[in-house]
Amino acid sequence: MSSKPVAIVNARLVDPASGYDGEGGIVFSGEEDGVILAVGPDVKAPKGADVINAQGHMVCPGLVDLRVVIGEPGAESRETFRSAGRAAAAGGVTTLVQMPNTDPVIDDVSLVDFVLRRAQARTGVRILPAAALTKGLEGRTMTEIGLLAEAGAAFFSNADHAITDSRVMRRAMSYATAFKALVVHRPEDPSLAAGGAMNEGELSARMGLPGIPAAAETIMLARDLALAELTGARLLVDMISTATSVTAIAAAKANGVKAFASVNVHHLALNELDVAQYRTFAKLSPPLRREDDRLALIAGLEDGVIDVIVSGHDPRPAEDKRLPFDEAAPGAAALETLLPAALIPVHAGLISLMQVIKALTLNPANLLGVPQGRLSVGAPADIILVDLGTPFQLDADALLSKSRNSPFDGKLLQGKVLRTFVGGQAVFGA
Amino acid sequence: MTNAPSPADSAVQLPKRDLLGIEDLKAADAMALLDRAEHFAPLLNASVKKLDTLRGRTLINLFFESSTRTQSSFELAGKRMGADVVNMAVKNSAMNKGETLIDTAATLNAMSPDLLVVRHGSSGAAQLLARKVSCAVINAGDGQHEHPTQALLDAFTIRREKGRIEGLTIAICGDVAHSRVARSNVRLLTMLGANVRLIGPPTLMPLGAERWGTEVFHDMRAGLVGVDVVMMLRLQLERMQGGLIPSQREFFWFYGLDEEKLRLARPGALVMHPGPMNRGVEIDSRVADDAQVSLIEKQVRNGVAMRMAVLEALAQSQSPREPQP
Repeated sequence: MSSKPVAIVNARLVDPASGYDGEGGIVFSGEEDGVILAVGPDVKAPKGADVINAQGHMVCPGLVDLRVVIGEPGAESRETFRSAGRAAAAGGVTTLVQMPNTDPVIDDVSLVDFVLRRAQARTGVRILPAAALTKGLEGRTMTEIGLLAEAGAAFFSNADHAITDSRVMRRAMSYATAFKALVVHRPEDPSLAAGGAMNEGELSARMGLPGIPAAAETIMLARDLALAELTGARLLVDMISTATSVTAIAAAKANGVKAFASVNVHHLALNELDVAQYRTFAKLSPPLRREDDRLALIAGLEDGVIDVIVSGHDPRPAEDKRLPFDEAAPGAAALETLLPAALIPVHAGLISLMQVIKALTLNPANLLGVPQGRLSVGAPADIILVDLGTPFQLDADALLSKSRNSPFDGKLLQGKVLRTFVGGQAVFGA
Repeated sequence: MTNAPSPADSAVQLPKRDLLGIEDLKAADAMALLDRAEHFAPLLNASVKKLDTLRGRTLINLFFESSTRTQSSFELAGKRMGADVVNMAVKNSAMNKGETLIDTAATLNAMSPDLLVVRHGSSGAAQLLARKVSCAVINAGDGQHEHPTQALLDAFTIRREKGRIEGLTIAICGDVAHSRVARSNVRLLTMLGANVRLIGPPTLMPLGAERWGTEVFHDMRAGLVGVDVVMMLRLQLERMQGGLIPSQREFFWFYGLDEEKLRLARPGALVMHPGPMNRGVEIDSRVADDAQVSLIEKQVRNGVAMRMAVLEALAQSQSPREPQP
C-alpha cells in the first residue's frame, strides 16, 4: 500500500458531474480512504507521485452498480463476497449494492451488519446491502425500515418478488418517506408472468415457448407510479424493459412524481432474437424484449427518463443454465461486462458516452446519497482507467465471477477496464 | 415443383444431418422425402416386410414423454429397415431422476448410436441434445415447438388421398397455441403451396398467427367453408384447468368437429387427427369412425413408411461430428 499520491496523466477525463469530456490529468491520495486532490485539463503530476500514463485512455468515476446478486449468505456456490469483489474490481465497479434475496433474506439489522463487515473484510470494493422491503420478501409485512436504514441499508427492495398487495405497498412506501428511504420495486405482475420463459410475441409463439407479455410490466408499473404519487415516496423502478414503460415514467416525472428508473444493461445491448436458438445464457428476467423496446430504452436513457444502468448481475452455475430453455434459470453474470455492454449503443452511435457514464456513476451515487460517482476534488478516489476502443473477445471461462453465465461469451466487446482504484487503492490492474 | 406422387428409387439427401424441425427442410427436400415414402409404402403390405438398408445401425428411441403411437412407429420403421432399435422410456426411470438432459445425451453418445429419436416436454430440447451428441437426431416432438415427422406423414397422407398438396385448402383446428403438430404442419403445408387456415378460440391461438401465412378463424363454421382437409388437434385436458376455455361442453359446441360442421366443408373433404383423440371433445365419434372421410388410421399406417424415408436419409448423410461442450 503506497502512501504517495498517484497521478494519472495524458488521460481523456470524462466526468458527468462537471460535464467535462477532454484531455487532462487527475491526482489522488494513495493513503487509505484516499480522495481526489486535483483534476482537470492542466493538472500535472506533483513531485514524488506515482505517475500513470493513460496514453489517451478514459478516466472516469468508478461504476456504481445498484443491482447485484451475491450468493453469500446461502448460495456460496454461485458467488461469494470475495469472488464478486474480484469480478467487480475487474469490471470497474467500485460500489455495488447487494440485493436482499439471500438465504436468510436481508430483512434484519444483524444481516445488514453481517454483509457490511464481511464484505469489507473480503473485498477491495464497496459493497452495500439493500434490505428487503417486506419481511422474508413475502410481500405481507414491511421490514424495520428505520432501523435498517440506520444500520446502513442502501435502499429497500423486494428483489424479484413483486409486492402484489397494493395496501402493503402503499404502507411501506408511505412509511419509508419518514426516513427518506429509497424504495426500489421491480414491476412485474406475477400472475401474468407466471410460467413465462421469454418475451411474449411472435417469436415466442413460433418457438413454442410460454411468454411474458409487456403488459405484465405496464400494469404493475402504473400501480407503483400511482402509489408513489399518493405517498410522496422516492421510488426507483427496478429494471424496466419496454417502450411503454419509458413513456409511463416520463409522464410520471413530468407530473412531479419522485420516480426514477433503472435499466438492465443487457436490455440496451441485446434483444429477444438473442434467445432464438434457445440460448439459455440470454434467458433473463425481465426477458429480453423486441428491438423497438431496446431502442426506446436507449432513447429514454439519452433523454434522462431512465436514470441508472444496472448490471443485474445474477451468477448461475452451469447446471442451472445447461437445461432445456423453459427449465433453465434466468440471469447473467454481468459485473465484468457491465461497461462494455453499456458501450454497445455508444459505439453504434445511438447515445452519447457522457450519458451512459452518468447512468453508471453519478446518477446511482446520487440516488444512494454517497459522494462517489464524480471526479471532484475531495471526493473519494474511486476511479477507473478504461480502453474504450480496442476490441477484445470475451472468454467466459476467464471471468473472475464464480459463475460464468455470460450471454457475451465469444463475442467481441469494447471497453476494457485497465485499472480500478477504490479510495485511492489499486484493486485491479498492474 | 411437381406435386404428383411418384415413388423414388434412391435415398434422399438432406441438407442437414438432423431433423429437428420442418425449418431444417426446403420444399424440394420435403417432396423428395414424400416420394421416397411412396416407395416404402407398398412394402408394408408385403408378407416379408424387412429390408437391410440400415443393417448394423443402431437407433435409440429416447422418450421423455410417453407415447405409444410415435414411439412404436419409429420402432417399426427402424426394424423394417434392418436397424437395431433400443427403446428408452426415460419417464419414471432412473435416467429422469436428477440427471439432466445433457448428462443423458453424454451417456447415450458413449453407446455410439447412429440415429437418436427424441421426444421431450420442453421446446428446444431436441436442438440442445443435437449439440451434445455425434449422431443424427430426429425430433419426435419438443414441447410446443415442432414435430416434423408428424407433419411429413400428414402431408404424405394428404397427397396420397388428394393427389396433390398445392392449392388445397387445409384447416387446422383446436388448440393451435400449444400444438407442435400444428406448428410443423403450418410450416410444411404452406411451404408446399397449400392454403392453411387456423381455427380456434383466441386463447388457444398463437400470438401473431395471422402472420404465419395462414388465415385465422375464431368461428369454426365460417372457417370450414370450402376446405379440402380438416385437421383436428388434440385438446390437452389440462387446458381447461388453466382457464383457457370455460368448459368441455362449450368447446365441443363451438370447436368440436361433428357431421353438421363437416358438411360446411367442400364435398369429399377428409378428416385427420394426429391422435390420441378425445372423442366428444374435439371430434365426434361418428366423424372419427367414418371410413369415408376419416384418414386417422391411414395416418398411422403411412407414418411408418414416412419415417422409414427419414431414417434412411439421415443414416445416409452420416458424417461424425464432435459434440459441443
